[in-house]
Order: sequence, then C-alpha cells, then structure tokens
Amino acid sequence: MLKIKNLHVSVDDTPILKGISLEIKKGEIHAIMGPNGSGKSTLSNVIAGKEDYQITQGTIEFEGKDLLELSAEERAHLGIFLSFQYPVEIPGVSVTNFIKTAINENRKAKGLEPMPAKELLKLIRERMELLNMDKSFLSRSLNEGFSGGEKKRNEIFQLSMLQPKLAILDETDSGLDIDALRIVAKGVNTLRTPENAFLIITHYQRLLEYIVPDFVHVLYNGKIVKTGSKDLALALEEKGYDWIKEEVAI
Amino acid sequence: MEILEKVTKSEYKYGFYTPLEADKVPPGLNEDIIRHISAKKNEPEWMTEWRLEAYRIWQTMQEPQWANIRYKKPDFQAISYYAAPKPKKQLNSLEEVDPELLKTFQKLGISIEEQKRLTGVAIDVVVDSVSVKTTFKEKLAELGIIFCSMSEAIREHGDLVRRYLGTVVPRTDNFYAALNSAVFSDGSFCYIPKGVRCPVELSTYFRINEAGTGQFERTLVVADEGSYVSYLEGCTAPMRDENQLHAAVVELIALEGAEIKYSTVQNWYPGDKDGNGGVFNFVTKRGLCERDSKISWTQVETGSAITWKYPSCILKGDNSVGEFYSVAVTNHHQQADTGTKMIHLGRNTRSTIISKGISAGRSQNSYRGLVKIGPRAINARNFSQCDSMLMGDQCGAHTFPYIEVENPTAKVEHEATTSKIGEDQIFYCNQRGIPTEEAINLIVNGFAKEVISQLPMEFAVEAQKLLAVSLEGSVG
Ligand SMILES: Nc1ncnc2c1ncn2[C@@H]1O[C@H](COP(=O)(O)OP(=O)(O)OP(=O)(O)O)[C@@H](O)[C@H]1O
Ligand SMILES: [Mg+2]
Repeated sequence: MLKIKNLHVSVDDTPILKGISLEIKKGEIHAIMGPNGSGKSTLSNVIAGKEDYQITQGTIEFEGKDLLELSAEERAHLGIFLSFQYPVEIPGVSVTNFIKTAINENRKAKGLEPMPAKELLKLIRERMELLNMDKSFLSRSLNEGFSGGEKKRNEIFQLSMLQPKLAILDETDSGLDIDALRIVAKGVNTLRTPENAFLIITHYQRLLEYIVPDFVHVLYNGKIVKTGSKDLALALEEKGYDWIKEEVAI
Repeated sequence: MEILEKVTKSEYKYGFYTPLEADKVPPGLNEDIIRHISAKKNEPEWMTEWRLEAYRIWQTMQEPQWANIRYKKPDFQAISYYAAPKPKKQLNSLEEVDPELLKTFQKLGISIEEQKRLTGVAIDVVVDSVSVKTTFKEKLAELGIIFCSMSEAIREHGDLVRRYLGTVVPRTDNFYAALNSAVFSDGSFCYIPKGVRCPVELSTYFRINEAGTGQFERTLVVADEGSYVSYLEGCTAPMRDENQLHAAVVELIALEGAEIKYSTVQNWYPGDKDGNGGVFNFVTKRGLCERDSKISWTQVETGSAITWKYPSCILKGDNSVGEFYSVAVTNHHQQADTGTKMIHLGRNTRSTIISKGISAGRSQNSYRGLVKIGPRAINARNFSQCDSMLMGDQCGAHTFPYIEVENPTAKVEHEATTSKIGEDQIFYCNQRGIPTEEAINLIVNGFAKEVISQLPMEFAVEAQKLLAVSLEGSVG
C-alpha cells in the first residue's frame, strides 16, 4: 500500500529525515517510536503532503501512485488520513459542518453526490456512540476550547467518519486519560479491516497493548535504526533509547 | 504564503455591463441641473427648494479627510447626475422587465423569479437610479404598508416624506450627505403603520449601470409605533475603468416600540488586481430610535474600491437598542474605513457592535467606531467586539475605537482581536480532503458567522457565496 524508499527531507536546508525506507501493506499495523525531535511528525506531514518541506531524495508510493506528485487534498482523496499531534482550531466552524464538508469533498473527488443529510446524521450518531462522545460536541467550533484529550478524540471521530485506507496517528495517545485511551483503541480496532492499514506514532507502549502492532520501528535522528515486534516497544519503555544508540553505534 | 497569494489574486466575477438605453443629463452641477432633475421627476416645489438649499450648503463644505483611505478626488463637475433607463411604462409582471436586466440577474445567480418564488420577497429593483419594477405592492398596501420608489413617495406621500426627510441625516451633516440631498435621483421609501408587522422582507437591488453616472440613492424607512420591518439592500456593479462615485443616504426612523432590521450586502466593483477602477462608496446611514425601539444594522461589505460608511444609531428614547453587525472584506487594493456610531442619549439604552474585518492582497481595512454616552443616559450599556483576520502579509487591519462617556453609570466594553488565516488551518482542511478554496471559504465564513447568522436566511446563503467569491475566485 505505502512504499517509502530512501526518503531524505530537509527544512530550510537542515536535513531532518536522512534516508527512510518503510513499506506498509494492507491489513498491517506499524508503530513508530523515537525520541523527541527524531522526525516522526515530519515523516507524517511529508506523507500527508504538507508543503514547506524539501524532499531532497527518495520516493513515496501509495497504491502504485507517486504521492510526491499530488497535493495534500488529492492524497486525502486517495484515502490517507493524518490524526494530528496538534489539531488546529477553526473558530465558527462546527464539528458537524466540518465533517460534512470533508465527507462531501471526498465524495465529489470520486464523482459522487453529497451524502444525504439523513445518512450523514446516522453515521455521525453511530460513530459518536462508538467513541463515547457527547452530542454537544457536534455544534461546537472545531477544536476551539477543546481539552487536549477532546481534540484527540475528535481526530479519531473524523477518522471513523472518513474511513481512510491508511491512517497515521501522530501521538494520538498523548493527553488521553486511561478510559479515553481504551475507547480510542476500541474505535481503531473496530475500524480495522484486512483492507486498511495504520501507522501509529507513540512514545508509550501502553496504546500498543490495545492496538497490537505487526511491526515496531525506532526512528532516531532521521533514520529508522531498528525494527522489531511489539516486544521492542516494551524493551524501549523499560530501558529508554540509550541501548539502541549503543547497539547501532551512533 | 504561495497558496494565499494564488487565491487572493483572482478577479471580480461579477464584472459585466448591461447595455440599457439611458436618458442622461449632461455632466456637471449647478442650480439649473438641480432644477432640471427635480422637474424631470415631476417634483413639488418644496422638494426643489429643499434640494437647492442642500446644494448651497454643499458648496460651503469640504470633503472629509479624516478617514484612513487614499484616493484621487472625484471631479464633481465631470459627473452626470441623472440617468434613467428608457422603458418608461409602468411594469406589472416580469415579462415586461427589460430582458437585459433579467439576464443580468441570471448571471448573478439570483434571478428575480427565483427570489420571488423561493423567498416571498417583494423586490423594488433600482437600476441606475430609477425604479423599474415593484412587486407585492398591492398586498402590502392592504396592510397600509407603503413601499415604493422615493420619486413616487415624493409625489404620492409628500406629507410623510416632508415630515421625515433629513431629520436623521440633516443636509448639513457632511459633504456627501449634502451632495446627496441636492441631487439624489431615486431610492426607496418605506412606511410601516402603527402596530403592523411587515410579513415579508422588503428588498431592493441596486446596480450602478451607466458609465460616468454617479449614483445618489436616498432611502427613508419609517416604522411607526409598535411596528416591525426587515429591509434588505444588496448590490453588484459591472466592471468599469473609471472610478464611479456612490454617495447614498439612508435614514431610519423607529418610533416608540418599533423595530427595524436593515441588512446590506454590498458587492460593487472593487477595481482590478492592480487597483484600477472600482466604485467609491461614501455612504451616510443613520437611524433614530425613540422609546423602547430597536434598530439593527447588518452589513456584508465585499465590494467597492473605497468604502466609507458608518451605519449609526441615535438612541434617543429610553430603553432603546442599537445593534451593528458587520463583515467587511477587502482584497487587492481595496480600502475600507467602516464602523458605526452608537449615540446613547436616553436612559437604559443598549448597544452591541460586532465587527469582523477580513483583509487580503494589498488592501487596507479599518474599523472606526464611536460609542458616546450622553449625560442623561443613565445605565447605558455597550458591548463592542472587533475582530480582524489577515490573509497574507501585505494587507493591513486597523481599529479606531472612540469612546466618550459623560455619565458615570455607563458600562462600555471593548474587545479586539487580530488573527491570521494560518497555513496550518489550510493544511488541516486539505488533509481532510478539502481543497484550499473551499478551506478558505470555510474558515472565513466561520470567522464571520456571528454576523452572517444575523442575516435573513436566503440573504445569508448569498452572503456566504459572496465572501467566497471575493476571496477565492476562480482558482483551478
Ligand atoms: N518547520 C520546521 N522548521 C524548522 N525545524 C523544523 C520544522 N519542522 C520540524 N523541524 C525540526 O525537525 C526535527 C524533527 O521534528 P519532528 O516534529 O518531526 O519531531 P518528532 O519526532 O515528531 O518529535 P516529538 O516527539 O517531540 O513530537 C526537530 O528538530 C524540529 O525542530
Ligand atoms: Mg511529533
């Protein structure tokens, strides 16, 4: 589904990602862990198509298409979703209006009519139930005045509404309380099918207890320095990153 | 900033010109021209005299300099002060309306038929100063409501006009108000009798249509005791090279216990991307509130090269309420200096000001507001909120709040914010599959929501479309 080959990315001529290769197949869950500033969000943003990054080398393919040729919204239309580490606020735009616009723009790109209001409301109701969200969210301005945890849950709500092929969760667990973490994990597991894939960025292995990854990658200083099973996450949580630095002799 | 640049560089979509035959006076201004205009309109003697007096006052006045705008002064002797479209006969149905005019409405996507059918709006269409069409008049007449062109009102309801004209905006008020009083060609008159709730939104579409014709609209709305009316004013203008002057005067009178809601969507030609052409919009709008009455101004200003406009309320009666809700969008080289004056004279008077300025391109957008609490205005209250949004870094947003309080019991609150449409907000939308144009539309309409929500439903939809058009245009 997603094939990243030897990706090098700079910001203002400073190299941030230094040769990343990663393949995600449908049905798989990958986790990326790594210290602050190692380039995790940069990688997510580059996959999602944020401008302001210089791709100096390498390729990204999604279902055989060259992603680097496409705009952010075109990538979204292909089914790439990013749950942001820091979701932005859009004052005056309600959660409902925003998700409606997003869904209908995605449908438009596929040549479909807007989703009938009834169907939309039904889907919204189902998803809010799945994620234990209160109806009052729907009429609030997007992320404005939301608590950290509420913002994250709203990201997963959008994910569940848009049902992407590849969902990147950038530290969605940070800021969630224990109950919310379980609910979000349950949501993700419910949405999981053999046809879609998840890339989960996290600092803590706790989320990975609920959403069990097929692979865990360690991103360090712009490179994937180690790949393993979910046990790797446990080892990291126990021992920190120093042993990896030694092991890979950086 | 590339995305923002691209989308803010699109041009005015409503630039087209409808060739209507026009009956015009030669350019220039003197007492003979004024007599000529007055005679053409079959006005009574008192009206001619009133105009001449205004002209004499105007000659002693200077153009105002204080607004935060820059422009080449109009040559008042080069303007033709009167133009009437040729079809003179009275029209009773749409079939009789000039087909060119109907086409124009269709280009705007707001055909009269549609308006009539969908919204139940009575429309008094004003093209180049003379009303060519009035609908629903008979129905309104049953309720005693008068809704007609100013020319007709002067002829048929002379007493009412004479009693109220110039009482809220006197001829001496300012340079442009004096000029308007001397030469106004037409406009709308509306009278709601005591205790009557006007059942439809009264609406006028203005267009400036004849090259070199200054437009001097005069509107007078009188809501008698305990009555209610919602009045809509909207306009677009065709593309033009030379600057066009528009100096309207609107007077509202809310008698005891009455309520007037006055909504405007203004979309005159703003000039091209380089700042050539465009309408100069120098408007005086003011309302007078008697006891327990309320006047609410809502405006969506997207057009004109220069806007100079301060819809105001004189809260004369005790317990009267004034409201001002405004969205002003400026793009390219547009300049807007707009705001309101809330003059609290009576006791327990209240006013609310919500102003949203959106600046893009190289435009300048200023809010200028005065809240004045007179010595007798015990327990007066004002709340003002002025928010500015910037798109790109070559535009300007300015806020000039003036507060004068002469009564210690007054409570005046002012809040102001400035924000930027962030690349992050746009990327967030893009990531969800929303293209940049639609994203800006969403963000801007969210920003302006408090104001848009004050507009009558069908107008609100159009206003949202306008905000989108004036900021986004034809990307992609
Ligand atoms: N737009 C930018 N301008 C300058 N530096 C940037 C920019 N974006 C990222 N960086 C730098 O790139 C490095 C990687 O940042 P990134 O946000 O990808 O880290 P991260 O792994 O997500 O960290 P965290 O765990 O704290 O979220 C950091 O040193 C950061 O300061
Ligand atoms: Mg990060």
